[in-house]
Amino acid sequence: MTEAPRDPGGDPQPAIELRHVSKTFGEGDGAVHAVDDVSLTVRRGEIFGVIGYSGAGKSTLVRLINALETVTSGEVVVDGQVITGLPERRVREVRSRIGMVFQQFNLLSSRTVAGNVAYPLKVAGWSREKRAARVAELLAFVGLADKAKAYPRQLSGGQKQRVGIARALAAQPTILLADEATSALDPETTREVLALLRRVNAELGITIVVITHEMEVVRSTCHRVAVMEHGKVVETGDVYDVFSAPSADAAQRFVGTALHDRPSRETLARLRERHPGRLVTVGVREGASTGTDLFRLLREHDVDGSVVYGGISEVGERPFGSLTVELDAPEDRVAPFLAALAAHADVVDLGTAAHPLDDPRVARLAADLGGRS
Amino acid sequence: MNGDWELLWPKLVESFGQTLQMVSVALLTGGLAGLALGIALYVTRRGNLLENRWVFGVLNVLVNIVRPIPFIIFVTLLGPVTLQVVGTTLGTEAFIFPLSVMTAFGTSRIVEQNLVGIDPGVVEAARAMGASSWRIITTVLVPEALAPLILGYTFLFIAVLDMSAIAGIIGGGGLGNFAIVYGYQRYNWGVVVVTVLVIIAIVQVAQLLGNWLARKALHR
Repeated sequence: MTEAPRDPGGDPQPAIELRHVSKTFGEGDGAVHAVDDVSLTVRRGEIFGVIGYSGAGKSTLVRLINALETVTSGEVVVDGQVITGLPERRVREVRSRIGMVFQQFNLLSSRTVAGNVAYPLKVAGWSREKRAARVAELLAFVGLADKAKAYPRQLSGGQKQRVGIARALAAQPTILLADEATSALDPETTREVLALLRRVNAELGITIVVITHEMEVVRSTCHRVAVMEHGKVVETGDVYDVFSAPSADAAQRFVGTALHDRPSRETLARLRERHPGRLVTVGVREGASTGTDLFRLLREHDVDGSVVYGGISEVGERPFGSLTVELDAPEDRVAPFLAALAAHADVVDLGTAAHPLDDPRVARLAADLGGRS
Repeated sequence: MNGDWELLWPKLVESFGQTLQMVSVALLTGGLAGLALGIALYVTRRGNLLENRWVFGVLNVLVNIVRPIPFIIFVTLLGPVTLQVVGTTLGTEAFIFPLSVMTAFGTSRIVEQNLVGIDPGVVEAARAMGASSWRIITTVLVPEALAPLILGYTFLFIAVLDMSAIAGIIGGGGLGNFAIVYGYQRYNWGVVVVTVLVIIAIVQVAQLLGNWLARKALHR
C-alpha cells in the first residue's frame, strides 16, 4: 500500500467535494433528514472511510456522490465538475467514471462472470474485441480468470464480491465507491476483499470511498475517515488521529469496537484477581519507542514488570495499541519509574487490587455503551 | 361410429389448426402488448425507474377494469371495435381480436408480478454504471426475470387456449367449438372426450416445454 497524500495542499483538485450537502426524504412531519449539512473533501488517491451505525445516513451520502440520489440542497463536485443539477444524460457520463461495489454484490444472475464484467463496457460503448481483452485483464487482476464462464450462483460470497469489484473497475473509473462491501462476508473473506481494495488503490491509483459500520475495516484499510451520526459528520480526520484521540462520542465508541488492547472493566476485575499488584496501562504510539523505553526504565529503576494484557496493531500502517503491566517493587521505586515513563508515553495507573483505579477511557466507553443499550 | 369419424376426423384436424392459429396470434400480439404494458406498470410504480404516479394510476385502473369482465361478455362488448379493426364481427378472425386484447391485459399483470420479484439492487447497480432506463429494461429487467416470465407465458398459453374454446359464440372455429357442435349438441360424447384428450395433450406439451425452457434460463 502506498502512502496516501496526507498533505492537504499537495493536490489542488480533490477527487470528491461535498459542500453543505443535505438530503431529506419525505415532507413535513414525516421528513427524514438522511444527510444533514455535510461538507467533506476526499483527496485524490486516498482511501476515505465513512463510518456510522445503520441509519446514520452513510449509504445515502455515498449515493449522492454518483447522483443515484439527488441532493435536497448543497453541491456535489466530482473531479472538479459540479454534478448537482446536471441533466440525466450528463449524469450518466459522470456515473460511468465512478465504480460502485455493493454489500449484496448485485450481480446480474442471468449473465456469466465475464458477462457481468463486460456489462459496464457495453454501456460505455466498447467494441467486442476491446471488451473481451479488458474482461480477461480484470478477471486476472481479481484472481478469477478460471471463473469467466461461471454464473454468479456458482460462486462464493468472496468470489462474487471480487466479480463486483472487477465490474466496478471495468470502465476505468477514477473513483470507486464501496458501500458496505464486506458486511455480508466472513472475517477471512473480508480480509481478502479489503486487501484487494488496497491493491486497487495502490496499483491503479483509484480513489476509494469505503462505507462501513466496522471500525476494523477503517483501521486496516483507510487513510482518512469521517464518522457519521444522525446524518451529520461528527468527526473527520486522519485514521491514526481519530484512533489515538477520538473526540466525538460516536468516534470513541467505534474506536472502542476495533481496539481490544485496553482491558474492559470485567477483564480488569479478572486481571486483579490474578495480579493483585500495581497495574498500569502504557499507550504505544507512532514515533515514541514506548516498548524500548518501558523495558529500559524498568531496568533503570530496578522495578520488576510483567506484561499481563494488551496488544499493538497497525492503524493506517502505523503502530498503535497499549500494554498493561503488573509492577512488582516497593512504592518508593515505582513512583519515580512511573514519573519517568509518563514523560515518554501515555500512562494510565490502574492501582492495585486493594486500591483500584479506573481507566477513564474504558470507563467512559462502558458508560456510553450502557447508555445505548 | 366409424362412419362418423371418417367425416369428423378432417373437421377435428381443421379445428386443431384454428385453435393453434387463434392461440398463437393472440399470444404473439397480446403477449407482446402485455409485456410492454406490464413493464410500463412496473417501471412507473412508486420508487421504480420511471416512477410516475399518473401513468401508473391510469394503467392500473384500466387493467383492473378490463380483467374482471367475463370473456364471453367481453367478446360481445368489444364487437363495435372488432368491426372497425377486423371488418367483421363473425368468424375465427373476428374472435382473435378480443382474444388478443384480453391476453394483453392478462399478460400485463403476470409480467408486472414477475418483475416485482427482481432484486432492486441489480437495477441500482446498472444505474450506477450509467445505463439508461431503456437499456436497463431490455438488458436487466427482462433477462433477470426470464425464467419466471417463461413460466408466466406458459400459464398464459393455457389460459388463452381455455378462452379460445368459446370462439363458437361469434361463429369462430377451433377445438372448443368442435366439441360443442359435433359432440355436445349431437349427444356424441365420444367427440367430446377425444377433443378433451387433444386439449390435454396440447397443455402437457406446452407445460413440459415451458418448464424445460425456464430451467435453462435459470442457469442453475
